[in-house]
Amino acid sequence: MRELIPGVNVTDINDIDSKSRREFVKKALSGSALMLLVYAPGAAALHGRGTGWKQMSTEHRYAYVIDIHACIGWGGCIRACKQENHVPDNMFRTWLERYVITEDGEVYVDSPDGGLKGFPPLNDEIQSKTSISFFVPKMCNHCEHPPCVQVCPVGATFKSPEGFVLIDHAHCIGCAYCVQACPYGARFYNTEIGKSDKCSWCYHRVQDGKSPVCVEACPTGARKFGDLLDPDSDVAKILAGRQWAVLKPEVFTSPTCFYISLPHEVV
Amino acid sequence: MELPNHSPVNFIFPNDHEITWSLLIVIYPYITGLIAGAFVVSALYKVFKIKEFKCIEDFALVAAFCFGLFAALPLLAHLGQPQRALNIFFTPHASSAMSIFGYVYGSYMILLIIELWLVYRPYFILKVNATEGLEQRLWWLLTLGVTIYNPDSAKLDNKLEVFLAGIGIPWACALHGYVGFIFGSVKARAWWATPLQPLIFLLSAIVSGMAILLIMYTFIKWRQGARYDFVMIKKYATILWAVFILDFVLEILEVIFAAYEKGHHWSLIGPLLKGPLFETYVIGQLLILSTIPFFLLGYAALVDVKEKSLLYLANIGSFLLTLQVLLMRYNVVIGGQMVAKSERGFVKFHWDFFSGEGVLVCVAIFVMPFITYYVISQFIPIFEEEEDEITKPVERQARRFRRSLRENR
Repeated sequence: MRELIPGVNVTDINDIDSKSRREFVKKALSGSALMLLVYAPGAAALHGRGTGWKQMSTEHRYAYVIDIHACIGWGGCIRACKQENHVPDNMFRTWLERYVITEDGEVYVDSPDGGLKGFPPLNDEIQSKTSISFFVPKMCNHCEHPPCVQVCPVGATFKSPEGFVLIDHAHCIGCAYCVQACPYGARFYNTEIGKSDKCSWCYHRVQDGKSPVCVEACPTGARKFGDLLDPDSDVAKILAGRQWAVLKPEVFTSPTCFYISLPHEVV
Repeated sequence: MELPNHSPVNFIFPNDHEITWSLLIVIYPYITGLIAGAFVVSALYKVFKIKEFKCIEDFALVAAFCFGLFAALPLLAHLGQPQRALNIFFTPHASSAMSIFGYVYGSYMILLIIELWLVYRPYFILKVNATEGLEQRLWWLLTLGVTIYNPDSAKLDNKLEVFLAGIGIPWACALHGYVGFIFGSVKARAWWATPLQPLIFLLSAIVSGMAILLIMYTFIKWRQGARYDFVMIKKYATILWAVFILDFVLEILEVIFAAYEKGHHWSLIGPLLKGPLFETYVIGQLLILSTIPFFLLGYAALVDVKEKSLLYLANIGSFLLTLQVLLMRYNVVIGGQMVAKSERGFVKFHWDFFSGEGVLVCVAIFVMPFITYYVISQFIPIFEEEEDEITKPVERQARRFRRSLRENR
């Protein structure tokens, strides 16, 4: 294990390989008779079987950083994502939330159509007592310990060595257990394809050396994506500064989507 | 309406506006529970030697089998890709609570089928001898080619039946406790995530299985114009009452504990129970469908009531308990999804009647085990009624033969 970010253990690909080999041998020897009878190609073993999934260079470990102060709630990122990933209406791979905290501590949150068309002005009553307001971009947190991956009964969703949590649509059975298990509401049941769906950090674009489309569409640099193994990358530098937070730390999923200036009111 | 965490607005994450697991997932644990309950009844005589239940052991076994045949159907109908359903067997992902369900359920059904076959194979053999032509061939298939039955066979079968019933009890309990685990292990859902969930599911399964069996028994006897076994009914009502008390205590303990603790859990569940689930949980599940059967069955169990009163008390109590457990499944499955993952709002459930996951499909699936039971009962003797009630000589002969073998064990 290498500790790239203080407090966050990011497993190196070499560690994964040797660890999984050791674990496999352990499991094969100590596993139940059932395990010996049934080859269990769930999760990692399914890698490469799906459509559109091919092994990337393993010398990367990606992370995503969102700067709350920089987000202006314009919605260009949401529109770009919808277009790039053909996300159906009323479903979102990424969305924006507007938080308004009043002087008396009340927290108003809204996300009209996921922030697709920006946000309407606040009503006069709320505006008059607003203490602070800000926008929070949300998406799949590509967790280190993703509950969605844990619960998938057929291993159709998995954590790639580069840090992506992906869905192999060629194997998803559409049970939506992963949708239930995600504490962040990042997954949805895509009714058009009858399968689970979510943000992939635009894996197809990253494979080609590009950034996720939401990062590219952001006019203020509020969304950043990069390689933690590259010490010169923006995300590595930002995270080294230790001023980051993650959503719902109490559920111990260890997100790799980090927030800067995240107020404690944000869930 | 009070919202979670005193939110002034009902805020829900944009992907969280729909209840993803709908009514089909409500009846899935319900039917699964009926199997567990029915099997436990069948084992009460075989394993625990509660002699009053001798007359319903086969009936309970056949009923468990009928429910078992359709337990996975709601899941299958719910899948977005039902053609890939068997992948749960072929590519199981061992860390998933759901992936092992296929094996637990499948192995339990095999156990149930073997047990049924052992119980009925003397009858199949007799039918082979009493029929001819195609019918004989069909009965022969059911014997699996083993057409010899003697006292030694009967002894061995009996040992096997007791053994299977013995391991079947923990297996049936595991099956339903496991269904509770599927829900209880989801930490993203506050209303589901409790270690008590498997136990609550298991006990409520036994309650619903026992309750529905008593209703079926009464209905069948009433249709046949046969005599009710009141000694059995009395004992049955007493055990059902006791199991229900345990079930109810666990259900309510979980809520009282969270309320007393006043932690994060209660900040979400408190408003849920006071708001969207008030009618179905507080009024329906707790006040009406738990309190009334508690008194009815308690009266039937503790007071020496007349036969007809016993029949009414036990059946009305059982009927209300079947509804209690059904409502409990609704309150858990749907209620758990009502608490928005934003922790600042509630998701509304929309009743749907005619869609693929609507009430109509659920009712259709739910009646299938009963239709199957009716069909099966046309071919094999389920109750050991008095001989004068049997008209067909072959059946009379078969029953007499089967009974004599059992008595000789």
